[in-house]
Formats: sequence, structure tokens, C-alpha cells
Amino acid sequence: RICVITLAEAHPLLQNGKTITSINYQISANCSRLQNKVSGKSKRGAQFLTELAPLCRISSSDGEEYTVYSCIRGRLIEVNENILSNPAILQEKPSTEGYIAVVLPKFEESKSITQGLLTQKEYEEVLLKRLNSSSLN
Amino acid sequence: MSSLTEKDRPIVQLLLNTGTCPRCILRFCCVGSQTLYRCPYKDLMKDLKEFLKNNQEKEDTVCSDVVDPPCKRIRLEHTDERPDDLNHNGALQQIPSVNNENTATENSAVEVCNVCLGILQEFCEVDFVKKVCQKVNSADYQFTSFVFSVSLPPQLSVRERAAWLLVKQEMGKLGLSLAKDDIVQLKEAYKWIIHPQLSEELGVPADGKSLFEVSVVFAHPETDEECHFLATACPDCFKPAKNKQSVFTRMAVIKALEKIKEDDFLKHFPCPPGAPKNLCVALEIQCNNGAVFVAGRYNKYSRNLPQTPWIIDGERKLESSVEELISEHVMAEFKADSFNFSSSGREDVDVRTLGNGRPFAIELVNPRRIHFTAEEMKGLQQTINNSSDKIQVRDLQLVTRSAIGRMKEGEEEKTKTYSALIWTDKAIRKEDIAFLDDIKELKLDQKTPLRVLHRRPLAVRCRIIHTMKSEYIDEHHFRLHLKTQAGTYIKEFVHGDFGRTKPSIGSLLNRTADILELDVE
Repeated sequence: RICVITLAEAHPLLQNGKTITSINYQISANCSRLQNKVSGKSKRGAQFLTELAPLCRISSSDGEEYTVYSCIRGRLIEVNENILSNPAILQEKPSTEGYIAVVLPKFEESKSITQGLLTQKEYEEVLLKRLNSSSLN
Repeated sequence: MSSLTEKDRPIVQLLLNTGTCPRCILRFCCVGSQTLYRCPYKDLMKDLKEFLKNNQEKEDTVCSDVVDPPCKRIRLEHTDERPDDLNHNGALQQIPSVNNENTATENSAVEVCNVCLGILQEFCEVDFVKKVCQKVNSADYQFTSFVFSVSLPPQLSVRERAAWLLVKQEMGKLGLSLAKDDIVQLKEAYKWIIHPQLSEELGVPADGKSLFEVSVVFAHPETDEECHFLATACPDCFKPAKNKQSVFTRMAVIKALEKIKEDDFLKHFPCPPGAPKNLCVALEIQCNNGAVFVAGRYNKYSRNLPQTPWIIDGERKLESSVEELISEHVMAEFKADSFNFSSSGREDVDVRTLGNGRPFAIELVNPRRIHFTAEEMKGLQQTINNSSDKIQVRDLQLVTRSAIGRMKEGEEEKTKTYSALIWTDKAIRKEDIAFLDDIKELKLDQKTPLRVLHRRPLAVRCRIIHTMKSEYIDEHHFRLHLKTQAGTYIKEFVHGDFGRTKPSIGSLLNRTADILELDVE
């Protein structure tokens, strides 16, 4: 099952007033997600990602830097180069053209991964809880 | 026997003494007359013996009307006084002598030939022919000719070699040579004898190019190990292959026989070959008809039908398929073992195939029936069309295998015509989509769509949209007719596939667009 990684609704970058200044796929001295090359049906040569593997780092004009994590175990198929040339789409269409990356998990893990994700409804509940707890402080 | 001459005498004597049957003797004497081999076994035996008794050439008495002569039993006796011309390295054999005296006893027991192991004996007889034909007739095939193929156990090649070396040496004494190729091949002689009999019993001619094959596999378990010595002599000829039970295949044995030196051979194998106790057995008698091909065009009217059965983990996801709806009836008519369905391209489950239809072909494996008139094909087509409203077929016909190649070629080269029902998020007016009609030869770059990425390699495809024609429906809908290059992903062209297909209808209209329905012609 193919997975597309995008910014979540509630991500700070998608809130009002943030301007993206740069997007960097070079996550360490040795590793650039841009150098990811896959070949064949089984996508050999792909960089393998774990849940906490960084995909990219995004800087905003107010000096903040955000790291976007994979959140899913699997092979990195591609990163979205369109957002490098046009960062605006990341904020305008985060769930479609502004996607971050495409990941292909192992066939055997597919089901368990899906089960570990939140449905839209469950996510909204999480956000609600977060809001409530922060307003209590 | 007029075919045999004086120089053959010592050979005939030698081979008869060592337990070789008359037909094999004829083979080693390079007798090429097919009719001679077809004579009854007893007659041949009698004539050979008479030939040996006479000192000069006899008139041709072969195949004359002779009342069944009393069968002379060859009694093999060991004797110590046999000439020692066969003194090979370490393989000195006691040569038994033939009892040439007429025996009064009528004994129908025939010794199994030490060279052909009964192939040119028992298996040329009427009983065996009847057995084969019975198998053929009960299998209920339709055929107009047959090809008879025989699989012989590899040890026959070994024995043949031993016999040849024996004869070669004997002839060497007379100053004559005998090339391996001069000897009549066992299989060839066997076919000379059995083809006419099979042909008569089955009522059709034997034809090397026939699609109907009757095959018999012979085995001789008693002597199976006779080949084993070749493995030690030529180990590199015998590599174990995964799906073969025995390493000693016919080809491997023949290859080893070509490599092995005469001396080595004689060291390991008795010359002449020993007398076997039993005949060969016919392990299998099988019939097989060559594949036939049925082709046509199909239309698909359902948006819920896959082309091939959709089964995941043993569970069927959607009922039926184009393939099954067509093949079911074809299989019933042709009564084949199995089929292979192929087509010139394919469409998604939810896409209709309109217009002339998509070309397809079905290969029928081992069909029992192969002849159908044009009328019958029309009838079959009608049956298929009556059975389902989800698909319809046309131009159903029998074709050759080469037709499939041509059908597949068309897949890449054709131009495809589509009709798509498109939805947009932001409202549109007629004027907003009119410009699409003017775009010609639009170049697309399509990355492998996400929906197939799990089973296809990641790549970028350049495809061309030749022409488009739009039909405004309402603020959020319009129909688009397109003519495109083969292999274009239409759905992705409409919605853009996360920006991975550029340009797309979405990007051209500067809206979010999606496809609701797609038809192909």
C-alpha cells in the first residue's frame, strides 16, 4: 500500500501568518533525500525510513525550523521536488500537490501500519483534547 | 533374403548367437527396405536362419505366403570353444552358440532382444497397436492426422553402441568398415513398422507436421543402472537439474556416449550386451492436440467488471471477469485442458469499452475439438452474447499463433479515443473550457501513478494528447472527448495525481478536477 506523507492539518506551518523561507531535503552530512534513487518494481536502492526518520527541514520567516518526520516505516519512493521550486503549494494544497514524500511500506507490515493510524474523526478528537488542555492552563 | 549378401553372413551369425532379434540384425546390416521390417516376426526369423544355412544367395522368399512355420526356439548355451575374437580389455564374454537344429517343440517364447529390449519385437505386434488405438479412441479427440512420438529409455543407446562396436570389429576382420550413420536407427525402423498399422486402425494418415500427437513412453527398469558407468567416465555430462528425477536423461547419455573413448566404454560395458529377462514396458500412452487460437473483439458495458479474475489471498474481490465470461463458453465447445486469455491492452474495472471493441485472443491448450465451421463460430458468438449483458463479442474466429503477435504490436502503436465525465470544484462556464478544443498534440509528463506505484517501477512517461473536444454540462461538470497516444493515463491527466502528471486538466483550468466516468472506444 502506497503512502503519501503530507503536513497534518494542525501543523504550525499551515496556520496563518507563516511564510516559508526554505525547504531542505539534506537532512544530514551524508544523507539527502533528493539523492534517493529507486529501480524496478520492488524499488531497490530506496532509502529505508523508520518512524522517526527526518524527511526534510522547513524554515519559516519568523526564524522557526520544523522537521517533518516520516511517521511510517518503509522505502522512500520519492520526495516532492515541486515544493522546492514552488513552496507556496505546500501551504495552499498541503494534501495534494503540496505533499512531502511517497513511502512504500513492506507488504507484511501494511496492515499493522494502517491500524496504527488515526481516522479523521480520531484526529479531530486529539486536536480537541489538545485545545482543551491548553486552554485550561 | 535378397537384401543380405555374403558379407553379412558373419554379422548375422554373430548377432543371432548373442540374442539379437531379426529386425535389429537387419538394421546392423544396413537393410533399408521398409517392407522387409514389416514382415511378421516369425517369418523374418525363419528366413534369417535359412540364409545362414545356405551358402549362396537365396531368392527373395520374404513376405511370400508361408503357413506359420514351427517356431524355432533359440536355445542359448554356453560353450568354451567359441572363437576368441572378442577379447576386449577385461570384458571377455562367453559367447553362447545357437542351436541350429530344428526343434520339434513348438514353443512360442521369444527371447527378448539384447539391443532393442523388445521394441522391435513385442511392440510391433497387433496387440500393442490395438492397445494404443484404444487409448486414442477413448480419449475422444477430433483429428485428421497424427504424429507418433516415442520415448525410449537411455540404456538403449548404450546397448546400441555396444552392438555397433561388436559388429564393427567383426567387419574389420573382413576388411570392411561400418559407420555409425549407416546403421538403420531404431526409432526409424520402429516407425516404419508401426505407422502403417496405426494409420489403418485409426483411419487417418501419419504426418510429421500433425497437431495431434500420440506419445508413448517406454521404460526398462531392469537395466536402468546400465547407464551409470557413464557418470564416472564423463562426469561433466551429468549435472543434476532441479526438475528432473534422474540425471541420466537421454540427451545426457547420448552426449556422454559421444565423448567416451571406445576402450573406456568396453572396459565398463559388456560387449555384446547381456540378455535381458524382461521386455520394456509402455509406461504411458498419451494424446495431445496442438493449441488452437480463437480471437475476436469485446465490448465491456459494466463499470464493475475486471478483465481478469480479481482474487486476493484466495478471496474473490469482484464477481466474474471479462476473461471468464468469454472463455467459459469457448472452453465448453473446444473441450480443452486450459486456456490463456490475452488482449491488446486492457481497461480498468470501472471503465466501459465501447466502439468496435478491444481485440482479444484465447489460446486453447490441448483441445479435443478443433474444427469449427464459420456457422458454428457464429453460433458460439451468439451464445456468449446471449449469456451476459456485461460484455459482448464480435468477429469471433479461429486464428493462427502469429495473429497474437500482431495483436500485441498494436498495443503500443494505436491511438486511443476516450470519453471522460469531469467534475470541477470551482464553477465553470462554457467559455472556460472552450480553449481545450484548440489544444493539439499536448505533451504530458506522467510519473507512474500512485495507484499503480506499488506494482510498477517509478518512471516518467511522455505521452501526447492529440485532440480534445469538450461538452459543457453544468457549473461543475463537463464531458471531454480525447484522442491520445497509447499508454496515456487518462484519470491522472484529469486530476493531476498530486501534481505528478503535468499538465493536467486541473492545472489547465486552474481548478481541482476529478474524473467521474471514463469510457474507451
